[in-house]
Formats: sequence, C-alpha cells, structure tokens
Amino acid sequence: MSRRLVLLLSAALLSLAAYSTHASIWGAIDAYREDVVYLSIQHMQLVAISSALALVVAIPLGIWMSRPSQHRYTLPILQFLNVGQAIPKLALLALAMSFVGLGAPSAIFGLWVATLLPVAVNTFEGLRAVPAHLIEAAEAMGMTRAQILWRVELPNALYVIFAGIRTALAINVGTAPLAFLIGGGGLGELIFTGIDLMEPGMLLAGAIPTALLAVATDFLVGQAQFRLIPKGVNPLR
Amino acid sequence: MIRIQNLCKRYGAVTAVEDVSFEVQEGQVCVLLGPSGCGKTTTLKMINRLIEPTSGKVFIAGRDTAELDSVTLRRSIGYVIQQVGLFPNMTVEDNICVVPNLLGWDKAQSRRRAAELLEIVALDSSLFLKRYPRELSGGQQQRVGVARALAADPPVMLMDEPFGAIDPINRDAIQDEFMRIQRQVNKTVLFVSHDIDEAVKMADCVALFRAGNIEQFGSPDDLLARPASDFAADFMGSDRILKRLRLMHAESIARDAGAAGIAVELDRDGRLASQVPLRVRAADDLRQVLSAQLAKGTSWAACLDKDQRFLGVVLQSDILANLTQDTVAARQES
Repeated sequence: MSRRLVLLLSAALLSLAAYSTHASIWGAIDAYREDVVYLSIQHMQLVAISSALALVVAIPLGIWMSRPSQHRYTLPILQFLNVGQAIPKLALLALAMSFVGLGAPSAIFGLWVATLLPVAVNTFEGLRAVPAHLIEAAEAMGMTRAQILWRVELPNALYVIFAGIRTALAINVGTAPLAFLIGGGGLGELIFTGIDLMEPGMLLAGAIPTALLAVATDFLVGQAQFRLIPKGVNPLR
Repeated sequence: MIRIQNLCKRYGAVTAVEDVSFEVQEGQVCVLLGPSGCGKTTTLKMINRLIEPTSGKVFIAGRDTAELDSVTLRRSIGYVIQQVGLFPNMTVEDNICVVPNLLGWDKAQSRRRAAELLEIVALDSSLFLKRYPRELSGGQQQRVGVARALAADPPVMLMDEPFGAIDPINRDAIQDEFMRIQRQVNKTVLFVSHDIDEAVKMADCVALFRAGNIEQFGSPDDLLARPASDFAADFMGSDRILKRLRLMHAESIARDAGAAGIAVELDRDGRLASQVPLRVRAADDLRQVLSAQLAKGTSWAACLDKDQRFLGVVLQSDILANLTQDTVAARQES
C-alpha cells in the first residue's frame, strides 16, 4: 500500500518536472549536481544511522515487553510509546534540538525516536499474537525458553515486525528533510532554501532525490520482507 | 509404566485436581474421560510438567519425574494437542524433525525418520515432506501432529483431545488409523477425551473424572456394564448397555450350528456351500452384526473368518443375552 503511494507521488513529481519544459529548470538542477551528491550522502547517513540505532533498540525492547515476566510493565510502556507516536515529527525534532542542541546528532536523535516507536510496538504485538497453543506445543516438545523465542515466536511474528519496520522507515525517510531545520543537513537544505528563494530548480534538486530515496528504501524493505520471512507464514508468497 | 500417586493441583483456593492415583501398564491406551473442568487435562499436563503439581508424584518406568530436568523429561514424551500446534513457519519435514534436532540427531537420520513416519501415518512422503502446514487439511495436519510426537520414538504419548476438532467422518477414520499405528508402535498412551464413544473405541482402561477426582477406573466394559455410581451411569449415557455391543466381536459368541438347530452345508475347505440369510466377519463388532440382522430381518448370521471359512452362527438371542448377563449379575450382587 505505502509502496504504491510513494510510487504514485514520485511519478507525479517527475511528470511535474517534465511538464515544466523550460530547459532552464533542468539546467538549474544540473547546476546543483555537486550539492545533490553531497547532501544525498548526508541524508542517507541520517536515515541509515537513526534507523539502524532504532532497530537495535526497538526489537529487543519489543521482545522484552512481550515476556510474560514483564507483564506489569507492558501497559505503561505501551501507552508511553503510543503517546510518543502522536507527537508531530516537526515538534519532535524541535524538542530534540532543545535537549541535544543544533546539528546532526539531534536530528539523528529525533529520527531515532520517531522510528523506534512503530518497530517496538509491532514487535510486541506480533509476538503477542503468536497463538498460545504453538508455544504450548513447543514447550511440551522440550524446547528451552530461548529456543521457543528463536524457532517459534520470532519466525511467526516476523511479518508483523516487518510491517512495523516498513512503516517506521517510511516515517524516517519522510521526516529526514526536516533535519535541515535544526541544522542536521541533508536534502532538506535544497528544498527549504529553494522555497525561501523561490528557486524551483533548487527545490526540485532536493525534492526529486528525496522522493527517489523513499521509493528505493521502501523497495529494499519490501524485498527483505519477501525473502526473509519463512514461506509458511508469508502471505506475500 | 506410568504410576500416578496422590496427584494434586491447587490454584489459590481453587482445587483443579484433588487426589488422583492410577497406574497404566506398558503398551496400554488409558483414556482420561470426563466433563469439562473435571481436571483431566490438568492431570495430563502434570505428567510432562507443563503444570507443576502442588503435591503427589508421577513415576514413568519407575523414575520419579520430579527428579528429572523438565526439558529432558518432555523430550522423552510425545505430545499431541487438539489444535495440532504444527509450527506454520516450518515444513512438514522440519516439524517432524523438531525433537530429533533438539536431541542432536544426525541430520540425515532424522530426515529418514520423518519420511518413514509419514508413511506410518499414511501420507505420501514424496508429496508432503516439503509442504507447509497451511497447505494441509485438518485431518492431514493431525496425522503430521501424531508423526511429530512419534519422531524420537518416545515410550509415552500424551494426547489432549487430539481428534476433537476433526469432523465426525474423518474422526472415525483417523481413530481407526491411530489404533492401527498403536498396534504397530505399542506406546503407553494417555488420552484425554470427553467423548464416550471415542473412549469405548480406543481405551484399554478408562479413568472417569469428576470434580478433580477419579470417579471410576476400569476397562470400558466395566464402566458401561458396571458403573460405580449414578454419576458414572449418567455420564456413560442411558444407552450405555447398547454401547457394549461395540466391545464384543462376532467370533466371541459364534456357536456351533448343529447345537443351535441350524443346518448348514460346508465344502471340503470349510467354506459355506448352502445359502445363509447373512454373513458376517469374525472381527465385526456386535453392533454391526445386530444392525445387519435387524436390517435383513433375520435372527441369525453365519460367522466367517478372513479366509471365508465358516466359524459358527451368531444368534440374536445370544447377542442380547450377552449384553444383559453380567449387568444383571452385578445388580444382584449389589
């Protein structure tokens, strides 16, 4: 669903670019080639670092929350995470800036928080949705707790976990241009400056790579989802 | 083989199992029978320690299970549940190989075992090994469930209403199938059920549960013919005497034709040479025989062995006499 949406948006954007047949616009974009390359790399770094950190924290957090022994902490944490998801991303970045200061670290921190929540919640919900009789069967066959987690619970929760990762990365890539506003760099620099200067070439030089990056990210996660989830529990196969 | 001694489970003020003791011999099928909430499943789960007993002991082959590590214990006990519980992320083969893998068997060996077991449960291994559980019907899934429980050749099998979710026609077939497998593998089986017909069909002995205690323990025929209490009589049903028909077979009451005043002609091989109103097989149960007699409107049938040789005649009056005989005797005793 989200992939189709992104495809549609980027197609619209591209046709908009094609429609403005002024060679001057393509020329203008071309003029920013060096900036585009530099800022794209910076942009991808923001996305990659913040989402990698988020996955490393969120998946274990979701697993921990789903353990029966942690039952009494589950509800408060879940509510905290849900409240966190409700905060607008721009406000989140502003808050991050007021704690961490200007620059890439606070942008990464803000993106990290935004990405963390859906992954943790989906990991928890996915594990909780594994039917109790599967766990009972695994236990009765003599699997240890760790074996049940790795061989039964995680494989059967993987589709839901991946859905969370996909949502989270879409949010991450979509929020990343805002990083410029708190001095985090990235392609937002071309977009916002282009708007301020009423310079369509500059604007598009930022917007088109951002859109392509979003499409590419979603494609990669989709492929991972298709290939990594075991065939028996993968509705895509 | 399995000895259960004063087993008890309390949850706070609620007593699920009060004081249960019984013993099952090697190679026997013992059905734990009773209404829901009577403690039969709790008792079953205390045997492989999915539920830890509050007090009491379980001995398997003379060893106190409380002294074993629970994981080691469970790997040596087959377990089948109503929801089957095949792991949907694994193929049929991987599902069957779960316990062999846990026990560290050689990979090739456990794969051979998986193929062999599929054939035992009457599924074509070339067709089914690589399938996923979602690609199987309910009955096929439960066959794989039984194969999985048998994988490491455990001496004991625990089955919690294994055929409860299968439709009546397939259930009957899979019960027959299981009895055939059981004759082949000869496991000690504890089987939870609330279905009297299933118990009568499968059990060597029945433990009838009521409110956390055993109301009566005995052979299916004991329970049907000589219920120890009103509860047992009620639970076995008002037609319990008729249910006994399924426990007796034609050959057991076939008698000599001449003595019954019936003339039959036999050829040199002992096969029938004259016309008879009805032929039944030696292994047919008396319910089938009586039903066929009523359908044909005859009071007797010729009983034949599997080579079609004549064994004797089965008289309707003998069937009825057999049915009531020991129950009447039991009533007079009490």
